[in-house]
Amino acid sequence: MNYADLFRATLPETALEIAALLVLIVDLGVVRKAALQTRVAVASLVGIAGCIVAIWGVYAAGKAGFSINGEVLLSAGSIAGVAQVGILVLTAVTLLLLVGEEFTKHVGEYVAVVLMAAAGGLIISAAQDLLVIFIGLELLSLGLYILTAFAKKSGKSAEAAMKYYLFGGMSAAFLLLGFSYFYGLSGTTSLLGIQNAIAKSGPTPLLYVAWILVVAGLGFKIAAVPFHLWAPDTYEGAPAPAAAFIASVSKVASFTLLISFSFSWLRVNLPTGGDEYALLANAQACFDTWHGLGTILLVVAVASMVVGNLAAIAQVSVRRLLAYSAIAHAGYILLGIGVQASYDGPGYIGISATTAADAALRSANAVLYYILTYGLTTIGAFGVVSVVERATGSDRLDSFLGLHKRNPVLAAVLMVLFLSLAGIPPLVGFWAKFNLFAAVLNVGEGVVPFTLVALAIAMSAVSLYYYLQVLKRAYVMPAADESPIKASPITTLVLVAIAAAVVVMGCFPALLQNWIASFGA
Amino acid sequence: MLSLTIYISFIGAIVIGTLIPANPPRIARVLALMVAVAGLAFAVAGFIAGAGQGSVVIVDKLWVPAMGIHYMLVADGISRVLVLLTGIASVAGILFSWNIENRANQFFAFYLVLIGGVYGVFLSGDLFLLFVFYEIAIVPKYFLISIWGSTRREYAAMKLALFSFVGSAMVLIGLLAAYATSGSQTTTLVGLAQAGLPVSFQMWCFPLVFVGFGILAGMWPFHTWAPTGHVAAPTAASMLLAGVVMKLGAYGCLRVAIGLFPHGLDPWAFTHFGLASWRDVFALLAVIGIIYGALVALAQTDFKFVIGYSSVSHMGFVLLGLVTLNQIGVDGAVLQMFSHGVIAGLLFAIVGRIVYDRTHTRQFGELEHMHLARRMPFAAWAFVLAGVASMGLPGFSGFIAELQVLVGAWRANPLWTIGAGIGIIVGVAYTWRALQKAFFSDIIPGAHVLEEEKAHPFAPITWPEMAGVALLGISTLAVGIYPRILLDQIEPAVKALLGGLQ
Repeated sequence: MNYADLFRATLPETALEIAALLVLIVDLGVVRKAALQTRVAVASLVGIAGCIVAIWGVYAAGKAGFSINGEVLLSAGSIAGVAQVGILVLTAVTLLLLVGEEFTKHVGEYVAVVLMAAAGGLIISAAQDLLVIFIGLELLSLGLYILTAFAKKSGKSAEAAMKYYLFGGMSAAFLLLGFSYFYGLSGTTSLLGIQNAIAKSGPTPLLYVAWILVVAGLGFKIAAVPFHLWAPDTYEGAPAPAAAFIASVSKVASFTLLISFSFSWLRVNLPTGGDEYALLANAQACFDTWHGLGTILLVVAVASMVVGNLAAIAQVSVRRLLAYSAIAHAGYILLGIGVQASYDGPGYIGISATTAADAALRSANAVLYYILTYGLTTIGAFGVVSVVERATGSDRLDSFLGLHKRNPVLAAVLMVLFLSLAGIPPLVGFWAKFNLFAAVLNVGEGVVPFTLVALAIAMSAVSLYYYLQVLKRAYVMPAADESPIKASPITTLVLVAIAAAVVVMGCFPALLQNWIASFGA
Repeated sequence: MLSLTIYISFIGAIVIGTLIPANPPRIARVLALMVAVAGLAFAVAGFIAGAGQGSVVIVDKLWVPAMGIHYMLVADGISRVLVLLTGIASVAGILFSWNIENRANQFFAFYLVLIGGVYGVFLSGDLFLLFVFYEIAIVPKYFLISIWGSTRREYAAMKLALFSFVGSAMVLIGLLAAYATSGSQTTTLVGLAQAGLPVSFQMWCFPLVFVGFGILAGMWPFHTWAPTGHVAAPTAASMLLAGVVMKLGAYGCLRVAIGLFPHGLDPWAFTHFGLASWRDVFALLAVIGIIYGALVALAQTDFKFVIGYSSVSHMGFVLLGLVTLNQIGVDGAVLQMFSHGVIAGLLFAIVGRIVYDRTHTRQFGELEHMHLARRMPFAAWAFVLAGVASMGLPGFSGFIAELQVLVGAWRANPLWTIGAGIGIIVGVAYTWRALQKAFFSDIIPGAHVLEEEKAHPFAPITWPEMAGVALLGISTLAVGIYPRILLDQIEPAVKALLGGLQ
């Protein structure tokens, strides 16, 4: 145990926590008497500064993780690094969209909770140990419950938070129970140690029980069917910036956790230079025992794609529509993780561990690409919804009628973002899907992966229908009320910047790919 | 030179969509016309410069290095002919949308995005670049029809968008599978064609991709979006839909499905109902499309539906020509794409714009009583010209194209030719019927009707209408009288494509 190492590995989290305290001090101490808008601006600025320092911290930490007695607690660089920078950038963007919001007077507390939740997200992106995972997860989840309830004057917000909290508490119990089985099976809490031990002892029925419990716990975080019931209510009731945070940052962190959970054997076999990760003698045994998890994930993935897309068609509230579409997107992403986790074993007999690890890394990168771009797009979508909601008092489909006249810029941003979510090129959503599906087909040849990809593509054709329902209101159908909708210049600027990023990353898909790849294996 | 057609369309779309105000519409209109004319000029220049040259690589840059996707634009004879068609159709379309007053800037922005996407598909040398352009062309169609359309426009637009998207989803599945199966480091069309995809893979991937593109080409029984879409669309969009967008599907069938998966056309090991290969299946669908489209057109009471169904029938010739897989048949298919693009554009312009804007009806029952031949001689004679071209009379482009398809089909399987021949005969019948009912009905007007008509003459034909009719009419006549202009470019390209399949 070396505290200097610990400090260096947790530099980003530390930066965020300090920023959270600073926000409280500044907001409650320095600018308490100022106008609400000033306080919002100051608090967001401090928060964003914290995020920037934390990004520097991620780069400064480099590839040095943190381990005790050879057991890795926190990894760094590679997948964790990409996810951490992504989380920080997305957090900063959600803070920028806070400007102009009036749902609370407690701005300092709001920003502080956002930063602490983001710190939880950073921890679970890097965690490689069950206990650290649980701590990070709870830090993130508790923050999210509070954020959901932040609009104190709104009954919907309280209801959503209560539902979210009850579901969340239950799923945390499942997760802990699953963790306890893992500990019982292997005698260790390190992901690596668990896989090593189970590879030696072989799969048992108890292992499947443990997986199912863990998938139930994590499935709740990523809103996968059948653990999705909280999502529509929470998306609908939470204040818009909080909903955007839940839909983006929390998703990035949870999916990264799922990646480390599913591919932790990746660390086993990667030539990392040092001997901190012992090279497993029998990598194949590791694949073989672990691919049952993939099968479970695939079942959840198919259910999410089908239920999410079909339920979204019937929605009249745009926030609920976004929630169901988020469930569908979680399904696509799970497909990427599940096929990778289930097919690496049998398919790769005779292939070197490095080749298998390359394929897994490619899948992981494709998942990250998807979730990061999806997160950015969703934040933008919530930004537009929030402006429209403030002007019309509702997020019903009909509130978007005539948006192209009421605010042409906002309508154009909405079109770009929704078409990107539907996966229309040359927007970034297309490349996200494309990358992911190509990675799936690259890993698993044969009928099953192909059928699953075909289903996913067919389902994304379905999704165009409900995205067009919103765009149809915004562009096609006549509006009764044509008074202009005003958005603050900063909000407009941020939303236009998000839309521009979606277009630019779509026209030059290699930009983000190269950036992710620059974090290495 | 040819690549500029893409860029200028997209830049024009962005400028008109963001910088030009909706009022007055004149600015957006004139600017769009200038962009389209510039596109046509580049297309013509590229077409002339390409004479005698084979396949020319215009740009080749690595676009997505991780997956070996190239930004590669290639032009061969087929591409150049279709780019020329797109140029002609886009200028004519803008001339016939001169009366768009509502949200003109958005209309022309969507219009030019669509045109840019179409140019891009015809010039793409990389599989995924082609797909990207193909999808870019889908979304604007939805908005063009649903905002500026007529009869049941929202239904028709959504139907069209979903049909297109399902088709492109099928294509995407096939392309991803081909990419994963080939294991090749490149996704250029040439590279993938040489990757040696297994025959068993081609056997199931070919129909998937062929049908996926075929949906957009109006292949029976997936054609149902076409008549409703054509009827609901504003005139310029109908002209583009029938004129170039359906060609995207046919072009995809030729370049991607047949070009990459030629073994998918090999005979099966068994025969069912006389069908021994996918080739027989698609030829059968094409022939059914030809006859069915023509028969349904014969029974319509709405003028525009006649033209909508005739498109299904004519596109059947294109598909039939493609699956003949012999030089003359495929030549004919490509020529038919050009020919139908021009003729269908002309027909839709006359029905949807020149006639409808003045009579405000498309029902034969009402048009019969309007004596249009006398009151609107320009429209009547323009329709006679377009009608005989559509029937395939010698001297027009349709004749030489359909003749070649028929000869090619005869060499492949005489039964196909007989079926298609029946379609031609019915085609003469429905064109004749439409001509007679709409323009030359023999109902004798009473005296007071004549006075009434004299008191309320139709608005005179405007210059953009005349210019549009002239452009399209001259195109079909020129190709009909001297088809060598196009065939000189088409033949070597088809030869190279078919040669690559052996």
